[in-house]
Amino acid sequence: MDFTFSEEQQMMAAAFRELATELCPPSVLRAVFEARDQHSEERWSRLAELGLFGVRVPSEHGGMGLEDADFVLLAEEAGRAALPEPLIEQAALAAPALGELAGAPAVAALLPELASGRMRIAVAHPQNPGAPAPPGLTHWLLCGTDSVTLAEAGAVRAVRADSIDAARPLYFPEPTAGAAPLARGVTATALGARLLNRGASFSAAQCLGLAERMLALAVDYAKERTQFGRAIGSYQAIKHHLASAQVKLEFARPVVYAAVTRLAQTDVRATAAASHAKLAATEAADLAARTAMQVHGAMGYSWEVDLHFFMKRAWALSGAWGDRNFHARRLQQLVCGGDLALGPDQMFERTA
Amino acid sequence: MALDLQFTPAQRRFRTEVRTWLSAHVPRTPLPTLESEAGFAAHRAWEHTLAGGNWAMITWPKQYGGRGASLIDWLIFEEEYYRAGAPLRVNQNGIFLLGPTLMEFGTAAQKARFLPPMAAGEEMWAQAWSEPQAGSDLAALRATAVRDGDSYLLRGHKIWSSRAAFADWCFGIFRTGAASERHQGLSFILVPLRHPGVRVRGIRQIQGEPGFAEIFFEDARVPLDHRLGDEGQGWQIAMATAGFERGLMLRSPARFQVAAQRLVSLWRSRKDEADPALVGRVLQAWMDAEAYALNTYRTASRLMAGGSIGVEASLNKIFWSELDLDLHRTAMSLLGARAALLPQAGTDADAWLEGFIFSLAGPIYAGSNEIQRNLIAERLLGLPRG
Repeated sequence: MDFTFSEEQQMMAAAFRELATELCPPSVLRAVFEARDQHSEERWSRLAELGLFGVRVPSEHGGMGLEDADFVLLAEEAGRAALPEPLIEQAALAAPALGELAGAPAVAALLPELASGRMRIAVAHPQNPGAPAPPGLTHWLLCGTDSVTLAEAGAVRAVRADSIDAARPLYFPEPTAGAAPLARGVTATALGARLLNRGASFSAAQCLGLAERMLALAVDYAKERTQFGRAIGSYQAIKHHLASAQVKLEFARPVVYAAVTRLAQTDVRATAAASHAKLAATEAADLAARTAMQVHGAMGYSWEVDLHFFMKRAWALSGAWGDRNFHARRLQQLVCGGDLALGPDQMFERTA
Repeated sequence: MALDLQFTPAQRRFRTEVRTWLSAHVPRTPLPTLESEAGFAAHRAWEHTLAGGNWAMITWPKQYGGRGASLIDWLIFEEEYYRAGAPLRVNQNGIFLLGPTLMEFGTAAQKARFLPPMAAGEEMWAQAWSEPQAGSDLAALRATAVRDGDSYLLRGHKIWSSRAAFADWCFGIFRTGAASERHQGLSFILVPLRHPGVRVRGIRQIQGEPGFAEIFFEDARVPLDHRLGDEGQGWQIAMATAGFERGLMLRSPARFQVAAQRLVSLWRSRKDEADPALVGRVLQAWMDAEAYALNTYRTASRLMAGGSIGVEASLNKIFWSELDLDLHRTAMSLLGARAALLPQAGTDADAWLEGFIFSLAGPIYAGSNEIQRNLIAERLLGLPRG
């Protein structure tokens, strides 16, 4: 039992944070939002250079062969930066899913390409029908209720839908005939279940980073802005709003970290943990967004202040990989319906 | 291995050992409330039983009555303790607050004098912080400790002292310097409660029992070696004690997990008549109890790796007190018209009403939640002081 991160995990996150700070400062996000175009070959290749796409690719297929738990701090950093590129989908969702299917020679051949970032993938699932796409999309991973298909991008017709998060337009793939499923039946269902839990948990991790960023912006503003001759951050009304949002964030954090340690399983505990993580982290990001906006006052409602980039990403992610309705109902069924054994001795148990 | 959230075989064996002992020793019927004289005595007797099994405070070193166990083992012990429905720890002021404070600031002689009887359940402790004019603004306190030869003469009036009505000792801070020094002029002193010059008067709480008390010090004489740390270091030590209180020890997560589990059962038994919106609150209570527990494991791991608890203690205190209140309010809503009925054997209402009343105090004691929010804003977020 050890609930701390290793030095390696922290160093990798720090390196990515440094890169993300350089690659997408608010001025870049602003330009992306103005142009409604998130594609950047340069950013994609810099992410590839850091090795991020290979973190979850098995080492025998050209990746680092690390675990879900090794990716959670990276996802948090992607959130903090409101990174326009769908790093999570490529590196934390598609990579382990295809890694499981590496028995198929066609997949094994593609994994090094995925790790290097030459293969660029979007991932669709019944709970996440619209997916963000990387620049120069090459493939779709299409997960249905009982089949998983890998299709070349040219063979899939996808309809673009713009989002309030201008850096993250979604593409809705239409059903395609042609490519043969990589997995069917129970194998596909289990794969899809893990994919959904990963999508929910890593969306949650991004929300932690977003919440922290929004609170940091609000704290900075509250220190600078003066009214009645004092910094507004010296008033208890402001302090208490920010403290409450910080409490919500700090107690969402361990829930997300615990969920990512279960993502290789498909049992009820893994499912409950993923839903809990998604609910807790989106709630924390939502409170951070509302608090940060209130602290900024009218400035927070303006296009000119950076806050809205992060707020919009938080809104977008709260609907990704199962929205609140989905996860609350699913968790309620497990907790109140009796499928999950409750009690303090059960928290870290694993069911077969 | 980092982020390894599974118990070791040794930890699993330890859980079984705790479970086995508790199932043989936990009283079959609940003890009377520890806020009454008879209840206090019954809880004191339970502390003797625990100490007899060497379970009083397992994280303490062996020479003081502990087992030298890790914080993870302590959490496992607490989980089994609450699962078993074992009695509340009547000496929590001693074992959870003063104990760790003594460990950090006490001399070898003080540790040897005070820790073993604390662990053995022979000396029960109360806190003596607040005064009529010094609540949230604790540094405004006026009670004095004046040096007289090799002792202090204590004068003043402490109030809202939990357990003081029936406890044997209290610990508190007294002014040893000028009032103008505020935080600097204070010292941390241990005082016997049944002692010449010390008068204790119980204060009835809203449930009718004397759960706390006023303490009047009228030239009570205590030797200098009852002072913990240096003269003038009292505030710093008191804040460390408050950190233990708000942080890891006072409210172990299993307490809320067991309550959340009972709440889910209550929901199941009431769901056909209940307001459907209440299921969301039931789920939230369960999620928050789990989140608090996970966070406690995280804190314990950090401490075991050499970290310390600072202002995070304030985050904890807000979270558990609000979670406890929401959880009990939800139970009261589910019980509906039966919620306000006093305990009668064989009804659901039995255990919820007392817990609900107790949960109302959570946002007030151990430093009000408003003060905790100020601390978070100023010390964690770096906002300017008002």
